[in-house]
Amino acid sequence: MANRNARIGLILFVVYLAFYSGFVLLAAFSPATMARTPWAGVNLAIWYGFALIAAALILALVYGYLCRIEVPSEPVRPAPGARDTASASKGGHQ
Amino acid sequence: MNHEPSTLAIAIFLGMVGITLGISFYLGRKAKDSAGYFAAHGQIPWFVNGVAFAGDYLSAASFLGICGMIAFYGYDGFLYSIGYLAGWIVALFVVAEPMKRLGKFTFADALNAKFNSPGIKLAAGVSTLAVSVFYLIPQMVGAGVLVRPLLGLPHWAGVVLVGAVVIVIVVTAGMVSTTWVQFIKGGMLVAFSTVLTVMILQRGFHAEPELPAAQTIVKQADGTVLVNGLPKGDSPGEGQLQPVGSISKLPGGVEKTGPLGPLEFFSKLEQSEVVLWSKSEVKGDDGSTTTTFSPKPTPGSQILQPGASPTFAGIRSEKFSDKLNFLSLMLALFCGTASLPHILIRYYTVKDEAAARKSTIVGIACIGFFYVLTLYMGLGAMTSGALDVTDSNMAAPLLARSMSELLFAIISAIAFTTVLGTVSGLILASAGAVTHDLLESVTTVHLTDAQRVRIAKMAAVVVGIIAIFLGIAFKELNVSYLVGWAFSVAASANLPALVMLLFWRGTTKQGIIAAVLVGMISSLGWILLSGDTYAAVYGLPKENSIVPFSQPGIVTIPLGFITLIAVSLLTGGQRQQAPAPS
Repeated sequence: MANRNARIGLILFVVYLAFYSGFVLLAAFSPATMARTPWAGVNLAIWYGFALIAAALILALVYGYLCRIEVPSEPVRPAPGARDTASASKGGHQ
Repeated sequence: MNHEPSTLAIAIFLGMVGITLGISFYLGRKAKDSAGYFAAHGQIPWFVNGVAFAGDYLSAASFLGICGMIAFYGYDGFLYSIGYLAGWIVALFVVAEPMKRLGKFTFADALNAKFNSPGIKLAAGVSTLAVSVFYLIPQMVGAGVLVRPLLGLPHWAGVVLVGAVVIVIVVTAGMVSTTWVQFIKGGMLVAFSTVLTVMILQRGFHAEPELPAAQTIVKQADGTVLVNGLPKGDSPGEGQLQPVGSISKLPGGVEKTGPLGPLEFFSKLEQSEVVLWSKSEVKGDDGSTTTTFSPKPTPGSQILQPGASPTFAGIRSEKFSDKLNFLSLMLALFCGTASLPHILIRYYTVKDEAAARKSTIVGIACIGFFYVLTLYMGLGAMTSGALDVTDSNMAAPLLARSMSELLFAIISAIAFTTVLGTVSGLILASAGAVTHDLLESVTTVHLTDAQRVRIAKMAAVVVGIIAIFLGIAFKELNVSYLVGWAFSVAASANLPALVMLLFWRGTTKQGIIAAVLVGMISSLGWILLSGDTYAAVYGLPKENSIVPFSQPGIVTIPLGFITLIAVSLLTGGQRQQAPAPS
């Protein structure tokens, strides 16, 4: 399940990376495009900036939703985590 | 510019600091062992942790620095907002769950989960300390900036005050109370920024067609200072710099717009003419220095697109290396968030991976919303006479003052607790690194739990005192600029090791150690040799610097990855560990 989450995470990460790179490259190499006002008299730089912020939240919610389906009530994972928890509580009683 | 202290502001400020300390003491009673002190027993509810992420992250640089940069130059400050937020995508999609799964107290724990190597702990511990101290400098400088108008105290007093209060918080309480302080502060910051934004939109724009006069500061050879030709002071016959920031022309030649919608705000500004201020310095033959601030009417459309500030002027230049500087910073901001130690330790305060994930989503919502508001607050300050020409960091509090004294008091108090919160998170991360990473990797003595907590508290006091000194020494430097560098160092030192550990089975412990050290040293070295440091710190001409542009990220982050891969391949024979965790 951790694998599945990691895969979903990577896909969404690449989507966002492409969107972000588009912004950065446009700002660096085509400032004139950023200065255009395509809609409501507001320029592309502001629209794109707000869209990046909105996209971060939307992708985060999508990720949270996709990960939730598979793991309705996830218990604490065994493996390294279990060892850590055990040693932590042992430490606690000293 | 002179700032009058106000009794109301002081009362509200003291009240908030008092409440913060009270909560700290109350919650701190329970945190006696390591698990409680460093990780709040993993008992923090995910929603609270998410808002606390916002509290940790929206530091002095976000609130004071970004708003100030937008107020002075327009859109460019917003580029930081975009980069800072994008970094959370890396944190959520790549780092959050493995961090929680692999580690216990510190970032080094997670890196070391597979190898159990003292070398990794040492390298990661050192890089945690380096990044934290780098990040502490702008926070402390921000604290000094804040107390001047609020309490009428000098810069150093603010730094010492913050340092002392934070040391008390960290020493008495640890992660539980730090988290709750972050939660309260994060929530209030977002709430009151919203109030401020609504007030800006309600007020709308008004035009002042008459161009204000230029302002001058003359520092004479004998040390006396003349402001606008008069001796500095508040009495009649003495001079003070005037607050600035106005619109000279509105579209359609109207005088007032009345209340504006959130999009109308930008479309009106796009067609207006705004008075910006440029600064020039002339050294006279008699040893005096004259600084002139002159008004410069600028079309709104110029202000609302990237490249208007000195920091990002490279965007509009034809030289490729200038553009690289911008790309490099945007890359470092993108990669830096998920490598900041004080953010990463927050993953250990919740109970499991699902909670780590959910709290990151809450964090992104709060932080993203706040960053949208920075554009309104910054541009609001730019157009409502709320600028101190000598100090861009004061824009947000002075904007609040232009609305009402009460709001100013509240916003200043929040900004101050913002600094408190971030600084306590950083000092706690440093103390954790000293105790868990450095000490345990260099000594073989087994420490009891109580001893560890005691050592961490001593480390917190020492780091706190170092931070106070640095905050006083670096007071001239720009707050959000310094934070950009902290991101570069964090991203170069920590991210390659973290990502490769998760996604490449061939990673060896030597590879991790080498990547952390090479990333940290190369990025720090690059910064120390950059043109910006030459000009701002050593007072040497910018052109003399050895490196071609100032932001290291685009070179040193890949360098970290290459180092890790090369060293891992060379030492791959020792690869007998368990399969990769992801």
